[in-house]
Amino acid sequence: MQTTMASTSRIRSLASGESLQRLLALGALVILLLFFSVIAPNFASLENYRNILTATASNGLLATGVTFAIITGGIDLSIGTGTAFTSVAMGIVAVNWGLPLPLGLLAGLASGGLVGLVNGLLIAKAKLPPFIATLGMLYVTLGMAQVLSDVHPIYFTDPQPALQDFFMGKPIAGIPNIVWVMFAGAAVAWVLLNKTVLGRYTFAIGSNEEATRLSGVNVDRWKIAVYVVGGLFVGLAGIVLASRSASAQPSQGMGYELNAIAAAVIGGTSLAGGEGSIVGTLIGAFLISTLSTGLSVDNVPQQFQYVITGLVVIGAVWLDILRRRGRS
Amino acid sequence: MKLTRIIGLAATAAIVASACSGAAVTPTAAPATQAASQPAASSDSGAASAYTPPTDAGAAKGKTIAIVSKGEQHAFWQAVKKGAQDEATKLGVQETYQGPANETMVNDQLTMLQNALTNNPAAVCFAALDSKAAGDLLNQAKGKNIPVVGFDSGVDSTIPVTTVATDNIAAAGLAAQKLAAMIGDSGKVAVIVHDQTSQTGITRRDGFVAEMKNHPNIQIVSIQYGAGDHQKSADLAKGIMTANPDLKGFFGANEGSIDGILDALKETGNTGKIFAVGYDSGQQQLDAINNGAEAGAITQNPIGIGAKCVDAAVDAINGKTLPKTIDTGFYWYDKTNINDPTIQAVLYK
Repeated sequence: MQTTMASTSRIRSLASGESLQRLLALGALVILLLFFSVIAPNFASLENYRNILTATASNGLLATGVTFAIITGGIDLSIGTGTAFTSVAMGIVAVNWGLPLPLGLLAGLASGGLVGLVNGLLIAKAKLPPFIATLGMLYVTLGMAQVLSDVHPIYFTDPQPALQDFFMGKPIAGIPNIVWVMFAGAAVAWVLLNKTVLGRYTFAIGSNEEATRLSGVNVDRWKIAVYVVGGLFVGLAGIVLASRSASAQPSQGMGYELNAIAAAVIGGTSLAGGEGSIVGTLIGAFLISTLSTGLSVDNVPQQFQYVITGLVVIGAVWLDILRRRGRS
Repeated sequence: MKLTRIIGLAATAAIVASACSGAAVTPTAAPATQAASQPAASSDSGAASAYTPPTDAGAAKGKTIAIVSKGEQHAFWQAVKKGAQDEATKLGVQETYQGPANETMVNDQLTMLQNALTNNPAAVCFAALDSKAAGDLLNQAKGKNIPVVGFDSGVDSTIPVTTVATDNIAAAGLAAQKLAAMIGDSGKVAVIVHDQTSQTGITRRDGFVAEMKNHPNIQIVSIQYGAGDHQKSADLAKGIMTANPDLKGFFGANEGSIDGILDALKETGNTGKIFAVGYDSGQQQLDAINNGAEAGAITQNPIGIGAKCVDAAVDAINGKTLPKTIDTGFYWYDKTNINDPTIQAVLYK
C-alpha cells in the first residue's frame, strides 16, 4: 500500500510537467488556428470550425481510448481496423437482422468491448507484448469485419435512416451530435482516469508495474479493464464513422490507430508509460485535424500534408524531450 | 531553458508555415497542347456525340472548381488530374484536385469533400468511392447551391447534374466483338472480372455478355471474380483452362484481371495459343500487347474524363442543362495502333 501511495505522489509531482506539455500543445493549436485563419481564405469561418470539430470526432474518441493503454506502458494497434469490425457488427444487428437501432449501437459497443477483452487477456494472461497482441488483433478485426460482411459495405441509409439523422443532426450550435458524443466520451474518460481507482492503477502500472503488483494490486485484472475501456471507445468511434457515411465499411480503419497514437503523444502522453491526460490527448487530436483541414482548405496536396503532419509529431515529441531534460 | 522551448515551438510552426506557402501556390499547368483530344468516332472507339463541351468559360471565368477524386497516386488518376488541369487552364477557370491514398478510405474522402465545400467552390466534381455514402454532404452542396458533377462512377443520388464516365457497356461490347472476330466467331471463351458489386465490374461483365449473345456459336464457359488481384485472377484463369482445354479466348475486365490472365497463360505455356483481351493499360499489359502475348485491350480516356468533368462543371455554373450522362469515350488498341498519338495520350504505365 505504501508503494502505491509513493507512486501516487510521484504522479502528482509529474502533473506540473504534464500540464506544461499540454500548454505547449494548446499553444501550437492556437498558433495553427491563427496561422490558417490568416493564410487560407475560407478557413476562418464558423462552418469550417464546425468541420474541424466533425473531423476530430472519430480520432478524438480513438485517441481518448488508447490513452489509457499508453499510460500503462502498453499500446493498442487494433483500434483502427477495430472500427471496421464494430461498425460491421452494428450493421449486422441493425440492418441484416433488422433489429432496432439502439440494439445495433449496443452491438457496436459490445463488439468493441470484446476486442478489448481479447487484447487484455492476450496481454495480461498470455503475457504477449502489447505491440504484438494488438498487431495480431489489427488483422483479426479487419478480417472478421470482411468475413462477417462478405466484404460488402452495409448501408444504414434505407432501413435505419435514424442513424445518420440523429448522429449527424445538428441541434446545438450547428455542431453535429457526433462531436458531442466525443466530448461526452472524453468527459467519462477524464472521470475514469482522474477520479476512480481504475485511473489510479492505470498510472501506477505505467509508472512501476512490479511495485504495483507487489503492493497487492491485481495488475492483470486492471490491465484487462484498461483494454476493455479502449475497446468501448473503438465501439463509439465505429458508431461515429458509420454515421458519417451512413454505412459500415468493412475495409476502413487501417492507419487510424497511428493518427490516434500521434494525438495522444502530441498531447503529452508518454509512450514509456506513467504519464498522460485526456485533455492533452483531445488537444492533440484537434491539432491533427486542424492541420489536415487547414492544409486541405488551402489546397496543399496530400503528399505535403503527410510530410507536415509527420514533422509536427516529431516536433511535439522533441519538445517533450527538451522539457524532460530541463526538469532533470 | 524556457527560451529553448519557445524557439523549438516557433521552429515547428515555421517549418509548417514555409512548407505551406511553398506548396499552396496553384500549380502552373503545362501548356494545354493536346488536352482533351476528342476521340475520333470510328468502329474502334466509342465517343459521346450528344454533349458539346464549352469553348468559353463565360460567367465561370476565374471561378474555382473543386475536384474530389478516388485517388491521386495511381497513374490512371494522375491522367484524370492532368486532363482536368489542362482543360481548366484552357478555359480560364481555377481547379483544385484531391483524392485519398487508397480506394478503401471512404470516410477520408468524405472529409475531403467537406473541406472542398468549405471553400465555397463554384462547382464540385466528385468521383465517389462508395456511391451511396455521400448523401449528407451532397445535400450540403445542394443547400449551398453548388452544382455537383459526378465522374468515373455514378453517385447514387439525384443531386449531381450529370455523370461523366466511360460507357463501360459499349466498351466491353467492343472487346467482345474483337475477341469474337479473332476466334472466327465460334468456340469457348471465359471472363475474369474484378468484382461483382462495383459499377465498373457489373457493366463491363454485362456489356461483354450482351455482345456475345449476338454470336451464337461462341460459348462463355465461365465468369469468375478475382478482386483485381493478379495472383487470384491467375489462379482462377488456370482453373478455367484446366476445365476447358479447348478454350479459345479470355477477357480480363480490368488491369489486375488481365495481368492475372497473362501470368496464367505464361505459366501454362498457352501464351499466343489462347487469345487474351484486356482493359485499361499499365506496364505489364502494354508489354504484352507489344510482344503479342495479349491480342489487344480497351482503354478508357482518363484525360478525357478529367477534361469533361471540368467542361460539365463550367456548363453547370453557367446554368446550362446537361445530359444525364456524358460519355468520355474509349478506344480499342492493339499492336497495330498502340503507338498512335491519340492512343498514346490515353495510355498509362
